Amino acid sequence: MSDLSNAANLSTIEAHLRSEDVNVWFGERHVLRDVSLTFPVNQVTALIGPSGCGKSTFLRTLNRMHELIPSAGFAGRILLDGEDIYEPGVDPTNVRLKIGMVFQKPNPFPTMSIKENVLSGLKLSGRRGYDATEIVETSLRRASIWNEVKDRLGDPATSLSGGQQQRLCIARSLAMNPEVILMDEPCSALDPGSTRRIEETIEELSETMTIVIVTHNMQQAQRVSHQTAFFLAEDGNPGGVVEFGKTEDVFNNPIDLRTNDYVNGHFG
Amino acid sequence: MSSVSESSKPVPAKRKLAAKPHLVQDKVFFGVARAAAVGAVGIVGLILAYLLFMSWETLAKQGFNFIFGSQWTAADPENMIFQIGPMLWGSLLIAFNGVILAVPMAIAAAYFIEFLATSRIAKIATTVVDLLAAIPSIVIGLWGVGVFTPVAAHWAELLNQNLGFLPLFKNEAGSFVGSPFIAGWIVAVMIVPIITSVTREIFSQLDRDVINAATALGASRSSTFMKVILPTSSGGIVGGVLLGLGRALGETVAIFFVLNLSFEINWVDVIEGRGGSIASMIVAFFGAATPEEVKALIAAGLVLFVITLLINWLAAVIVAKAQPWRK
Ligand SMILES: Nc1ncnc2c1ncn2[C@@H]1O[C@H](COP(=O)(O)OP(=O)(O)O)[C@@H](O)[C@H]1O
Ligand SMILES: [Mg+2]
Repeated sequence: MSDLSNAANLSTIEAHLRSEDVNVWFGERHVLRDVSLTFPVNQVTALIGPSGCGKSTFLRTLNRMHELIPSAGFAGRILLDGEDIYEPGVDPTNVRLKIGMVFQKPNPFPTMSIKENVLSGLKLSGRRGYDATEIVETSLRRASIWNEVKDRLGDPATSLSGGQQQRLCIARSLAMNPEVILMDEPCSALDPGSTRRIEETIEELSETMTIVIVTHNMQQAQRVSHQTAFFLAEDGNPGGVVEFGKTEDVFNNPIDLRTNDYVNGHFG
Repeated sequence: MSSVSESSKPVPAKRKLAAKPHLVQDKVFFGVARAAAVGAVGIVGLILAYLLFMSWETLAKQGFNFIFGSQWTAADPENMIFQIGPMLWGSLLIAFNGVILAVPMAIAAAYFIEFLATSRIAKIATTVVDLLAAIPSIVIGLWGVGVFTPVAAHWAELLNQNLGFLPLFKNEAGSFVGSPFIAGWIVAVMIVPIITSVTREIFSQLDRDVINAATALGASRSSTFMKVILPTSSGGIVGGVLLGLGRALGETVAIFFVLNLSFEINWVDVIEGRGGSIASMIVAFFGAATPEEVKALIAAGLVLFVITLLINWLAAVIVAKAQPWRK
């Protein structure tokens, strides 16, 4: 694929998470080729591109959710603080404790209350000796939903609106105190008001954590992200990164013609 | 400002809508469907009416002792005593036994098929489990008495030797054959398929995103199963279990082959070689029964029918209550 020279601007910032030559297969089908991206500390990276080009797949390689699909194949390296998370000695569940994930559709645990949902990760991973009240409040505050739910923590999570459920899912992830949060089109099922609230939350969170967000919304990418990677899969070839750089460069001065066409809405 | 309701215009007349079928073929289809539905309810009603009619005399004569007493003597025409206590309790004991044995097997099989097996293996496993349901009851009974009884009697002996201090595993008579424990296993074999297929259906309808959320939070497979999958599907599983329980209660021939019927009530000594079962009792006595006795056996059938109806109703209530998030 083409030139990555915009990426040079970023090389001075400390790398937190980095992918090196990531290749992905489903069965015999090669769907991602040589994806090398750097996610610096406390920066928001947007992954954009037409649907089916492998953004979600790439995101799932970052916390080893990819390998849960039976036909999944993988090559390359993912480095978290310099350590390859695919090394044989690494326990994938530990990787997922450090790298949280928020899904496209809000998916709180339906049998649990709001409070239990926030604490669910701690329970599920078998942690003990934490201050539940403190963690619930902090996590809900960080996900900017505390004021809306503080008087009804015992209510079922399903009694919340879609946007509130998605912020609860963010809180649930935050309760684990991850270093990185991955978000796969977190607003695509939400109304504009809820979308705006989540974007504000992302901005606040980026002061303390590294965030990778897949979005099909060009305005959203420009509003929330510091850097942007444009993915593309052409004519049955595996998908890859066409352009990667500072968000304003990718949107206003793209190097590749295809990036220019995509960000200006000419295809996809 | 004029409000909508103050309008002086008259309300227009209601127009004819096509909610009911008006095409000829739709009318025929509608009629057939309605006849089938009414017919099904009607048949159940007629069966119940017949059972009540035939049972009336016995129930009136025997009173509450019909259900709670433990004696059955048709020999003296002046004083016939028909009491099904040990049989009724035995049916329940065997059914619970069967359910307790079947549920873990069924849930494990369903989990394997839905979450662990590749799609090819899952298909094979599903077929095998469904085949188990297709084996005729009589064949299972023959297998039960010829092949399985000695094996299970040996297991019962081991239980008695190692856990005999528990009242549940007492055995004073020394015979391990013909026990509710063995009948329970036979019933378990027969209800594993229905519970497995209901549970598998429930598992397959679970939102994969919710399970993925647990994984993404660092949960292991076992804690995902215990804390997310099971609680989310518990209502549906209970429904499946109660369906199995209904079937277990009604099971006749297979139990008739393996169980040693006894009118001395066996409360909880599951590995003792005697027990009861209403359905097996009806099979055992029907051939040589006097007209009076036939009526008593039909009354016993009525009791079983009512209990099964109650369990089905309970299943519906629990399934609806346990999953309030499902509309
Ligand atoms: N579970 C899967 N099994 C097989 N192929 C898959 C699977 N998930 C995604 N793919 C394929 O991988 C490619 C990338 O998909 P995805 O990562 O979902 O794209 P995006 O998120 O960019 O829309 C698509 O061609 C899709 O068909
Ligand atoms: Mg996607």
